[in-house]
Amino acid sequence: MSGLLEVKDLHVTFVTPDRTVHAVNGVSFELKRGETLGILGESGSGKSVTLRSILKLHPEHRTRWSGSIRLEGDEVLPMTGSALANLRGNRVSMIFQEPATAFDPVFTIGQQITETIRRHTGKSEADAWKRAKELLELVRIPSPAQRLKAYPHEMSGGMRQRAMIALALSCNPSLLLADEPTTALDATVQIQVLLLIRELQRELDLGVIFVTHDIGVAVEVSDRIGVMYAGKLVELGGVEQMVDAPRHPYTRGLLASTVHGGMRGQRLEAIPGAPPDLAEVPTACSFAPRCKYVEAQCLAGPPALTAAAEGHLVRCVGRVDSLAA
Amino acid sequence: MDSVLSVTDRGGPIQPLLLAKDLRKHFPIPGGLLGRATKVVRAVDDLSLSVAKGETLGVVGESGCGKSTVARLLMRLIQPDKGTMVLDGDPVDEPHGITVNELRRQVQMVFQDSYASLNPRLTIVETLAFAPKAHGLANAEARARSRDLLAKVGLDPNNFADRYPHELSGGQRQRVNIARALALRPRLVILDEAVSALDKSVEAQVLNMLVDLKEEFGLTYIFISHDLNVVQYLSDRVMVMYLGKIVEIGAVEAIYGNPQHPYTRALLSARPTMDPRRRTKEAPIQGDPPNPIDPPSGCRFRTRCPFAEDVCARAEPLLTDTGAQDVACHMRIRGSGHTKAP
Repeated sequence: MSGLLEVKDLHVTFVTPDRTVHAVNGVSFELKRGETLGILGESGSGKSVTLRSILKLHPEHRTRWSGSIRLEGDEVLPMTGSALANLRGNRVSMIFQEPATAFDPVFTIGQQITETIRRHTGKSEADAWKRAKELLELVRIPSPAQRLKAYPHEMSGGMRQRAMIALALSCNPSLLLADEPTTALDATVQIQVLLLIRELQRELDLGVIFVTHDIGVAVEVSDRIGVMYAGKLVELGGVEQMVDAPRHPYTRGLLASTVHGGMRGQRLEAIPGAPPDLAEVPTACSFAPRCKYVEAQCLAGPPALTAAAEGHLVRCVGRVDSLAA
Repeated sequence: MDSVLSVTDRGGPIQPLLLAKDLRKHFPIPGGLLGRATKVVRAVDDLSLSVAKGETLGVVGESGCGKSTVARLLMRLIQPDKGTMVLDGDPVDEPHGITVNELRRQVQMVFQDSYASLNPRLTIVETLAFAPKAHGLANAEARARSRDLLAKVGLDPNNFADRYPHELSGGQRQRVNIARALALRPRLVILDEAVSALDKSVEAQVLNMLVDLKEEFGLTYIFISHDLNVVQYLSDRVMVMYLGKIVEIGAVEAIYGNPQHPYTRALLSARPTMDPRRRTKEAPIQGDPPNPIDPPSGCRFRTRCPFAEDVCARAEPLLTDTGAQDVACHMRIRGSGHTKAP
């Protein structure tokens, strides 16, 4: 396992004539080859914005980036033109929540996969089809030769998502970004796709960043989990550390408010209030207005990410160890 | 309670609040010659159910299983092809029964999309007062009641009454939708994926509120969701649907503790774990749910069922009482011809 991706103090701001949104406010993490990082957060927490920044998918003219994203030592943020095109697909690729909209409806799955392979590798038509068939086999699509001739609407949701994973892997990327890829799928299909991603990640020694709002999904796929709130990572640690001994009051609240078996009849411990508006750069702990352990110190300035244990980082000034579980 | 808009109990606690018998809805797909329908989506097929007073009936199933069509049929937002309904002893839309309008006063619904469910040009108080006014309540009284309701769903009326839907967050809008559903003092509220679009921390707030409101207003809920954990949390009884049919129905403890139908078992074990040491090793079933246009013959689950035999293709398993729950599976029907049948 060696360093694959290093994100340092990433800030992303969207600027339009009417308003400014500080979507990501200083995110730092590292990812090794062959490792899966789950990023957990609610809507507006900045998890998808962080993910998309790694491919610079945000519109150039109204996005302000600062900080650094290094992929195998190369700075991503200054990239433009062919350098960026070479990064996308060849080294980093992405799968999305809704495979129906990610495919072009007027071309077959095979045409779309072979087009990508030929554009990126310069293979011949025949070789690209051979590779496309191998890819469908890789993602366990039955009768792949026939499936290559299918249009996206002729496939079920689960099959389309498998085909999209095949497309994403077509040029052997070293990093796979997954933005809620199973959220739109049915329960019995979701678990199949999660297991597939886990298996492929091992087989191909991929780095994976998996963004989700579902704690169960994050626990199924991740080696480490980062929790985001108001554009910052508030906690980052190994999956067992995060589930067994969450330190940040928000992570604890999220775990306590997630309904799971055996909670019938108990009152849910909801987190009061709602996430903050991101029009201003936060000047204090963003979670303080909803936190039951809030102290004067929390409002004095934004807390730093500090180590609570080996490999376990928490952004909280409170004496986390003394907080009641 | 005011007299204009309240319905008292009629048949006593034993009489079911709602009975539906043999409900059927097939949607024709135009596409044949001259736009004639050649195929039909069999969304709900001869489904019967009963809802007891004061209970929460959970409905689970994957997309295309017909759970939302059932909700719309029970509210008569769509007309059934076949079937009858009885609300607390009164047949619905029949000569000696109650009208569809009366049904809709007693049965209300909350939808998943909190924004699409609200009129963007009405303020919150106007939205909440709309139905009571339409049913004859004076304007001032309807507005006063609306403000009370806002407070009941945890929104300060002084702050929220005159706002428009786009000025509210998703969680706040869903609270407004719940308040609107309660404005006519209904007896049954159908919640169709009502918390599914909310963030987890907000979902917990709304679930707590639903529990409180049920108690306070003496409500009965039909709670439809794809989230098995939330259904388990809220429901007294659970109905599992697959391709327009009930495959299993019974008390929540029985369905979750001792599921009998292979589909229920698969659905329950497909839930992601919360324990990193016990991750799922193998998917419980393969493939996607089939298209409801051409459901398989006999048992509709047989194409994905690991125990399917010849009899499953030949005959349709009927819902059969197995003690704690009713199950539609040949393996649970005495003398069905399945080798695992009792």
